[in-house]
This record gives sequence, structure tokens and C-alpha cells, in this order.
Amino acid sequence: MAGPDDLKAGAVALQRFGVGARPGQGEAIRREARDRLLAEIAAGPVPQPQGVAFSGAAEIGQALYAFEDQERIAREAKRVAAQQAQAASPGAQSAGMQVAGAGAMSGQMEVAQAPAEVKSSSQNQAAQPAKPPPNEPALPFRTYRDEVKSRVDLALAAETGFGERLVMFWSNHFCIGATKSNICRIMAGAYEREAIRPHVFGRFEDMLIAAESHPAMLDFLDNRQSIGPNSPAGRRQRRGLNENLAREIMELHTLGVSGGYNQADVTNLARIITGWTVVGREGVLGFPGSFAFNAGLHEPGVTPLLGRSYDQPGRAQGVAALTDLARHPSTAHFIATKLVRHFVADDPPPKLVDLLAATFRQSGGDLPSVYRALIGSDEAWKAPATKVRSPQEFLLASYRATGLQPNPGQILGPLGTMGQPFWQPSGPNGYADTNAAWASAEGIKTRIDVAAGWGRQTANAVPDPRSQADDILGPILSPETKQAVARAESRPQAIALLLMSPEFQRR
Amino acid sequence: MDHHDDDDCERMTPSRRAVLGAAGALFAWSFVPKFAYAAAGARDPRFLVVVLRGALDGLSAVPPIGDPGYAGLREGIALAKDGPDAALPLDGFFYLHPAMPNLARLYKSGQAAIVHAAATGYRERSHFDGQDVLESGQPGPGHTATGWLNRLLASLPAGEGIARKGVLGVGVVPPLVVRGDAPVLGWAPPRMARAGSDLTMRLADLYGQRDPHLAAALQQAIETEGLAQRRGMDGKMGGGGPDSVDGMRRIAEGAAGLVGADDGPRIAALAFEGWDTHANEGGAKGRLATLLGGLDGAFATFEQGLSPVWKDTVVMVVTEFGRTAAVNGTTGTDHGTGTVAFLVGGAVKGGRMIADWPGLKPEQLYQNRDLKATTDIRAVAKGVVADLFGLSGPVLAEKVFPGTGDLGPMRGLVI
Repeated sequence: MAGPDDLKAGAVALQRFGVGARPGQGEAIRREARDRLLAEIAAGPVPQPQGVAFSGAAEIGQALYAFEDQERIAREAKRVAAQQAQAASPGAQSAGMQVAGAGAMSGQMEVAQAPAEVKSSSQNQAAQPAKPPPNEPALPFRTYRDEVKSRVDLALAAETGFGERLVMFWSNHFCIGATKSNICRIMAGAYEREAIRPHVFGRFEDMLIAAESHPAMLDFLDNRQSIGPNSPAGRRQRRGLNENLAREIMELHTLGVSGGYNQADVTNLARIITGWTVVGREGVLGFPGSFAFNAGLHEPGVTPLLGRSYDQPGRAQGVAALTDLARHPSTAHFIATKLVRHFVADDPPPKLVDLLAATFRQSGGDLPSVYRALIGSDEAWKAPATKVRSPQEFLLASYRATGLQPNPGQILGPLGTMGQPFWQPSGPNGYADTNAAWASAEGIKTRIDVAAGWGRQTANAVPDPRSQADDILGPILSPETKQAVARAESRPQAIALLLMSPEFQRR
Repeated sequence: MDHHDDDDCERMTPSRRAVLGAAGALFAWSFVPKFAYAAAGARDPRFLVVVLRGALDGLSAVPPIGDPGYAGLREGIALAKDGPDAALPLDGFFYLHPAMPNLARLYKSGQAAIVHAAATGYRERSHFDGQDVLESGQPGPGHTATGWLNRLLASLPAGEGIARKGVLGVGVVPPLVVRGDAPVLGWAPPRMARAGSDLTMRLADLYGQRDPHLAAALQQAIETEGLAQRRGMDGKMGGGGPDSVDGMRRIAEGAAGLVGADDGPRIAALAFEGWDTHANEGGAKGRLATLLGGLDGAFATFEQGLSPVWKDTVVMVVTEFGRTAAVNGTTGTDHGTGTVAFLVGGAVKGGRMIADWPGLKPEQLYQNRDLKATTDIRAVAKGVVADLFGLSGPVLAEKVFPGTGDLGPMRGLVI
């Protein structure tokens, strides 16, 4: 049945939509590529990572607050000790020493973001935080590291990995940044598990609401601190709106920047979602660190947005606004464009975008319907493999191809070097999704360095790189790459050449 | 320091219309292309563009303490002209954030000019569109294929050395401002051991046979690495990212090392991150102060690393837009419009503020909320590159900054 062209298309499609071949997956999966991808959609929810330390945000919050209390006590003790030392030897401490201490810290300084404490802790930056035992990072980073490891393990074990690719896509679409605060760092994994994974094969509006009401997002884009000027709290104190989340909801999560909203809409959406916050350490409104709607912060009254008015009470007002944003035609077009750009081409073919946008609208944002339209279209299936894998995709594909079971350092190190660590883009627009970003001169050179390291690490696990190249790339292995691998001066070099070959890099 | 007259003679400060008026009027000269740079012994210019991603709060970096509206708008994060942590005096009306002593020194010695109430032509408030407009040099968002520094390079005479040397984009991901058809060099602070050259050459060969785009990218990287080695750049690994003081220093060091080389690129772009201060921005100390200290340290690093060519150097620091004039509900500032740009270097005709100050009264603000932009950053950029590289007005208005025929280069920025 399947001719050589079909096998080639199947091989490209598995790289395009999946996380890359594992040894021994062979011709069968390439022949049935489309059916296997469709079957993965039909199978429903993506699996959840196993073996993580905290089940969810609420549990994490308590642990984080306890950790921060401990740190504060340790810092205070240190400060008192330093004062006593200074008093004992007057004039011995120069200002220069303080500056040096602050400089050395600045690289990975993380300031606790509990609003009331920020001022004092940021003035205290010269003080060292409590050090965990040697070789064991502090709780927020330890949690982040373990979350990354378990989500990578899932991707390495997947069959095609389409679901995992979609998790990465949506995590990046609704991104948070782990470097923002302790709470973002420690909750980054839980955010993906709670807000993204359950809805990847579900409805867009459910994912939207889950993302915007997750404590990690409310912290990342400052909504936890936003206060309605006419709310009870707003009238008591001189604090007010923060429009950061509201703007990014419309610009980045739903309508897109030219989706037809203005500054007044941004401010109004900010009013509508006042009160969407994170429970503090006292746990007045629920478990510390979990989501809460705090009526005391919510701007009262009817608020207009995009020509409609929202008069629902409390949290329901925000849910209604988000639901309407999810169903807006601009949102359908924006999401369709991003999906096609991610999977098919930097310049998304307009016909395919229109098809996906129409499917999105007609199905009420039913994501499996949209994915089926994508997989089913010849335009997506037969497009030439032009896109260079992102660093995360490259890492997953390389570890699948070589069978290396990475430790956390083998994940965090290379991704940091290549500029795409999990859950820490430099802004709320997420990581770039084009070759211009990843296939730059420095980007390619860095990949070669990384691939050279992987070649050395996996040489013993890959007895014959030539047959590995055949196995992994199959019908898309070019004669030139085959020859380069065969003529390599060593096994590590042969593996690096395979991983850096154009047909492995592009999908 | 004398702060005597800034409350009652706002009108008389040199920061107001006079400077801009003079500069703008000069565009009436029909532009005379300057080929002096090609002549023996003439200037061999260096031009570095620093993009501050996230929208720098110009009203905190260069506070207009002389404006009677300033302190009220800024509440708890306002800077003061005296007392502990006083802002550094510039011209009696504008002050400089106390975290920037190097810039104050350079300003005093005539090697730094500060443009205030500046912005691109973009008037919405999306970071990403704002940065695209700033870096693409196009009138509006949606054009992300090429950046204006790349088109600047492509507009120089083909045989010219500067054009051949390419434009340097610092970072694993090159900034948009350098992308395009002219050669782009890349460099980033090293994070891990480099692969052996044998592997690199084999891949260069494979890409040459199979993949012209990857081949071109790799070729550029090989050339830049060779240059870095010849410059004795140590390749020390580790360190913070571009939103940390340490990361900014390392990036500045690397850029200065490459741009300072005889055979290195003459034009470079780099980016510092983390300027989106929505909450807990801080005043004389705090989050923004730390970042400004990093930028200030980078100025010193440039000055030192480029010392042999500092007299021919312009460093231009720009950001996508400013922030709200008033502090927001969370002791920070939201996305705004007008902000500052810095010009630093031995080739800068400095020691002055360049501002057509719009004022901070509610009705003087853009949409009642932001510092109004009265100077177009593109006019500043056009003025600098016209003088440094001798590009003609039409080329600047059509190729480098398309659609800016009506926007003359600001003259007299370069010595």
C-alpha cells in the first residue's frame, strides 16, 4: 500500500507532530503515522507526570510559605550576628565588601514575592539566604528541577509524542516565567499539570479559565496584587489596579494584538478580574497558595468590555468575560495561526489557517476537532520540513534517538545553554517559534557544542551509529548524512553528526 | 551641588525647546553624503545598539525632578534631589538615577547625551509589537523579516570594510534589529565547552551539500569564534542572564571585545532584559535600581573595552516605550509611551539633555496617562548613523527607516 513517498511523508510528519523516533519504532509507525496520531487524539487526556513532590498548588503553597519563614529567620539571625561582629571590630567592614557580596548574588537572586515583605527583602539583598545542605538546592528550585525531570520522562516514553508536543505548545502559549518569583519557580510544574494538561484534548475556554485563575499565572502577571479602586480594600488603602494580566489575556492568550481591543478594554478587563488572587500564608480564604476569589478586592458594578456589559456577581463576571473572549472570532484566528506556525511553517499558509480557524469557531473551541483538521489536511502533512526543531524538541528527540535516560543536570544544562529552559521565557509572550530565533549563527554553534557532549555521553549506548541513523531517520536519511556518519572519526562524533544533520534538525 | 533654580525657572533650562529646535532645523540642509570615513586616517566608527526589553521607566531613570508634577505622580517611588540616595544632577531640571554614577561622569565629561520624552512612532502598548517596531525600524508592527541595523549595513557601499565585516547580534537568539540579508555575526557568553573544530568542519561540509541556510549560519559562527579567539576572549563559562548585573557585564565585555577588534564588526546590537516593572519597582533602591546599576556598569565596561576606539564610538540605548506617568496600584508602573534614550561614547556630542519637555500635568500627558513622546527615536537614530556612516537622507528614509521622509535626522549628535 504505502509507497516510498508515503513513508517519507510519514517520517517527516512524525517529526513534525511528535517528539522524534525511538530506536526500533521502525517502518510500521511511519506507514501508519496519520492513524497513530489520530488515535492519540481519540485516546483523550494526556498522562500526568509521576513521582512529583506536591500534588498541587495548595500543597505547594504551604510548603513554600514554611520555607520562606525559615529563610527569613535564618537571614535575621545572620544579620544580628553580622551586627555583633561589626560592633566588636569597629571600622573593619568596608562598604566595598558589601558591594562585592551583592554582585556575586545577583545572578540567581530570587526575592520572595509576598507583597508585604518585598520591600524589606529587596533591601536585604546583600545578605545570603539560608543555604541548603551542600549539593541540594533550595526547595523552590528542587521542586522545579523534579517537575522538569518527570515531564521530560513522560515525553521520552510517549509513542508519537503528539500530546506532549501539544502540552509544550500550550504551556508556551499560556506561559509563566519561573524566574519571576519563588511562587512561580515552585509552581511552574504544577501549573502545567493543573492548568494545561487536563485541557490539551479538551476545550479552549476551559484551558483559558484554568490558566488565568492559576496562582502561578496570578503571581506571574501581578493580578494577585490588583485591587479595584472602589472595592472595600481599594477605598481603604492607596493601592489599585494592575493591568498586566488583563492586557496579556487579550494580546497573547485570546484575541491577539490586532484582535480589536483598545486601552479602555484592557483597563476594564483588569477591573473585571480584580479579586482573582492567591491565598496568603494566613490561609484566610482557603489553603495558602491556592486560588481564591477575594470579594474585598473586586471592583463592584457593571463593567463594559468589547461592546458587552458584564453584570455578573464576583468571580462569575471574570468567567463570563473569559468565555466570551474564548469564543471571539479573533481568538479562533489567532490560535489557528499560532498552531500552523508552530507545526507547519514560519509563514503559515493562509488556507490552512482559515481551515483551522473555521473549525475552532464551528466546534466552539473544541481542540481535538482542530487537531484533526490539522493532521487531516494535506497542506500540513506534505509541507516540506523547513522548521528547525526548538531546543526543547531537539533535546527530547536526541534523548529518544540515543536512548539516554537523562538526569536533571542533563536536561537543565543543555536547555539553559541553548536558551530554552522549561517554563522560563524572558517575557509573557513565551519562546519564539521561528527559525530566525533558533537557527541563528550562535544558536547552531551552541547546538553543535551540546550535540558533541551528547555524543560523548551516549557513545557506549549506541553500538553502531550507522544503523542508528538508518533506524531513526529511515527514509529521510540522506546519502550525504549517511556518509558523514559512516566516516566519522569516532563513535561520539558520529552520533553528534547524526543529531546535527539537517534531516534530524528540521521537521 | 546647586539645585537653586529648578522649581521656578523650568522654562529656562537648556533641556527645553532650544536644543531640539536647533537640531531639527538643520535638516533644511540638503544632506551631503560624507565619505570622510573612507579616507586615510579618518574615523573608523563603532556603533552599538542596546535594546532594553520590557519598557524602561524613563521617569525613574532620568527623573524630571524640576517638574512640579513629578513627585505627586510618583508617590513612594519618587526620587529626590537631596537627602540620602539623592538623584544625580544633570541640568537642574532633569536628574539621573543614583544607581548610575558612570553615566553621570560620562555626561559631565561631555561623552553622554540623554534624550527624554522619546519614543518610536508606535502608540499602542504591546511589548512585543513595540519591540518589533523599535527593531525593525518600520512604521508599524507586523514586519519582522529584517532589522534596521542590518539594512543600514546593507546600504553601505559594497566594497566598504564595514559592510563586509557584518553586524554582530549578541545572544543565542539574535535580536531582530540585526536580522536580514547582510552578514550577521553571533556571539553569546559561553555556557559550556565548545565542540572540537573537526566536528564543526565536518558539519560545515555536510550543510554545504545539503542545507544552505544552516551552512551560512554555521559559517558566520565559525568566523566570529575565530575573531573572539584572536582577541583573547577567555571563554569563561557560567554567570547570570541578560537580566542580571553580572550578565549585562559579560555581554558588554564580549560585545566590546569583538567590536573593538581591528578586523571585527563595526556595528553590534545587544539586549538587556527585565525592565517590565509592573510591581514593586522601587525608588533609589530596589528592582529597577539594580537593573539600572547593571546598565551603568555596562557603560563603564564599554568605555574600558573599547578604549582605543572610544573616541569613534556611539552606544545608543533604546527601549520599546515608557511607562505610566503615575505609579499604579502595586507600587510599579504599567505600559506607557514616552521614555528616555541614551547616547554614550567618545564620539557623542554630549553633556546635554535633549528634550522638548511636554510636562506632567494631566492634560499634558498622552491619553491622560503617559509621558507624551515629543521626540521620535528614529530621528535620533537617523542622526547618529548619518553622521557616523555618511548615509544620505533618502537612503535613511527609504531603506533604513522606511516611511520617514518627513522625519529628518537629528543633527549635531556626533562630534
